[in-house]
Amino acid sequence: MANLEEFRHQTREWLEENCPASMRRPIKSDKDQCWGGRNWVFESEEQRLWLERMAERGWTTPQWPTEYGGGGLSREEAKILQQEMARVVARRPLESFGIDMLGPALFKFASEEQKQRFIPEIIRGKIRWCQGYSEPNAGSDLASLQTRAEDRGDHYVVNGSKVWTSHADEADWIFCLVRTDFDVPKHQGISFLLFDMASPGVSTNPIKLISGNSPFCETVFENVKVPKENLVGELNEGWDIAKYLLTHEREMIGGFGLLRAGSKSLGQTALETCGDKDGQLADSGLRADIAAFEIDEMGFALTVERVVDEARAGQGTGAASSLLKLYGTELNKIRNELMMSVGGSKALAWGDGERTTLAQHWLRSKGNSIEGGTSEIQLNIIAKRILGLPG
Amino acid sequence: MALVYNEEQQMLRDSAKSFIQESSPVSLLRELRDSGKEWSTELWSGMAEMGWTGITIPEDYGGLEFGYVGAGLIFEECGRTLATSPLLSSSMVCASLIADLGNDEQKQTLLPAIASGESIATLAVGESDRFDPSSVALTAVAEADGYVLDGKKLHVLDGGIANTLIVAATSAAGLSLLFVDRDADGVQIEATLNADNRNTATATFESLHVGADALLGEEGAAAPAVQKALDIGAALSAAELLGISQEAFERTLDYLKDRKQFGVPVGSFQALQHRAAQLFCELELCKSVVLKALQAIDEDAADRSLLASLAKAKMAKTARLAVNEAVQMHGGIGMTDEFDIGFFMKRAGAACQEYGDYYYHSERFAKLSGY
Repeated sequence: MANLEEFRHQTREWLEENCPASMRRPIKSDKDQCWGGRNWVFESEEQRLWLERMAERGWTTPQWPTEYGGGGLSREEAKILQQEMARVVARRPLESFGIDMLGPALFKFASEEQKQRFIPEIIRGKIRWCQGYSEPNAGSDLASLQTRAEDRGDHYVVNGSKVWTSHADEADWIFCLVRTDFDVPKHQGISFLLFDMASPGVSTNPIKLISGNSPFCETVFENVKVPKENLVGELNEGWDIAKYLLTHEREMIGGFGLLRAGSKSLGQTALETCGDKDGQLADSGLRADIAAFEIDEMGFALTVERVVDEARAGQGTGAASSLLKLYGTELNKIRNELMMSVGGSKALAWGDGERTTLAQHWLRSKGNSIEGGTSEIQLNIIAKRILGLPG
Repeated sequence: MALVYNEEQQMLRDSAKSFIQESSPVSLLRELRDSGKEWSTELWSGMAEMGWTGITIPEDYGGLEFGYVGAGLIFEECGRTLATSPLLSSSMVCASLIADLGNDEQKQTLLPAIASGESIATLAVGESDRFDPSSVALTAVAEADGYVLDGKKLHVLDGGIANTLIVAATSAAGLSLLFVDRDADGVQIEATLNADNRNTATATFESLHVGADALLGEEGAAAPAVQKALDIGAALSAAELLGISQEAFERTLDYLKDRKQFGVPVGSFQALQHRAAQLFCELELCKSVVLKALQAIDEDAADRSLLASLAKAKMAKTARLAVNEAVQMHGGIGMTDEFDIGFFMKRAGAACQEYGDYYYHSERFAKLSGY
């Protein structure tokens, strides 16, 4: 414990010295979040410095092993780092699908050579990744995907199209599910490929959403050449990797359920926005709905904590990701609905492209229970795999 | 503190489970009801032998001092078999009041008697049909060598079997607690049998004279200890509801896998699968909030009341869903008296109200959250 206190002390000092002042302000515009990669234009010199300094210590991925450039911290140390960052309102230095989704799958399934090649670049934010999963005809039924990779000796040739590829137009590389065998049951003919989005034959087309933003693309592959060394795991065994990665994606998306508007609870925000009567929210119906929401929000946060604690104590059920995805995203939708009610007509204001408004966040949140496997798919998984219901 | 049970607590759960399934299966509740009895003194003696009646009482006063997280596991297991006893009102709520407020003599005489199960106490606080411990009209007027009590308490839990009442009264100095013997002159107790085959009582006090030694704690200073005791009541009642709900859910899952219609198990229908999966998620949240609230009581955390209300609110809402789904998914047989699932609905209905229902606790949660 003394060591942990020492670690906290050192971390606090280091952050004090190294976290630039502008990186300690709440996120205001989309450019405030640094995604890194070859084409990233830093919003400021301080944003660049903050990423560089954190990556230098491996603290973009605090718990990844040091041999690949990670922070090598224990869970307790990582928690302290998180607390100390929160204390000074330090921003996350890097947003990254490489960290939240691909990395864990590479650690489990990639060859040593692949790990050496890709993981350090993920940690340093050098390569921005996107996810090639869903297709126009493979949404909830993901395993029916039709994008094909044909064996041409020393390389594969990829043809097909993906949809809902987050930030594909800004990404450097893609981790992509492709069909490599059409003559076996659908789950058994899928492989997991990595390739450069700058390869000839790759094109992306942003999709405008109801929020007015275009975070997703349609991505088309026409005779894209992919070196064979970019296959992760065994040929035709990509579904296992796909599922493993999905559990991480679901936990990440489910984490939206833990988001609070800044450090204030919804009830506090409502009190300040709508005014009070004898110290209580004047609208008793709104107050009751906010309380119901906050009860679930707190219960959910405690459940996330319990799942982690149980896993650490070796008591975990290992079935948590669907629950977290389902509950977290449904909560985030309720939060956004209530934020709109709290804001009233003022909340309807539309953004100017720079800044995303409440109304746009509200509309964006509707996708949470669709992306990464719909709420209904999560209910199916829970019913069949956890509860053992037939059919 | 990590949200997990340690080894000692897991061992307690195992022993609680095997004891209660052996000595108080759901069939015991049916037998008691059919023979017009409200509780089993034999079961009560068994609980006392297991040490449950003193599980949270300090060792110096004959208890095990095992803590409220451990007690929660006992209530969860009791919930699973719908075991009937005055464990919550006497050994938890009243024991906490006496341990917090009692003078040496009161602690030395009363706590060991409660820890051994020989004495059964209950807190008489509410005066309305809906739970509202803050409005106490019953008066305690000081006289030369004691107090005179006048007023009426409603829905006193286990009031039909308790030998000692701890009565909340408003005196000149504020909220005060006084011991009253159920057989004293001026006390009238009228027990009611409820849907869950448990009793609650209306206790009327008319010019009841009690001695100065009947006072528990300082006159007018009872409120903080009462609040804590009611937090304990709410959190452990939530633990009992967790057991009731999980058992009702598991019995329902078995039924869904077993019962065939249209040539297939009804559990293969998505309409039922999704509802079962949703309920599973709600129950997972309940496990977290119940454990957290009990840890907060053990640690005497600053947010103890908020967490107790969180636990009871979430659990009461989910328990209602769990038993409603249980009866609905069992179909017609779920409506029959012959089948046990209805007992779960009745007990859950009562336990949801004890120490405050969803509305009481969600309102209190909002208030304690500052809005």
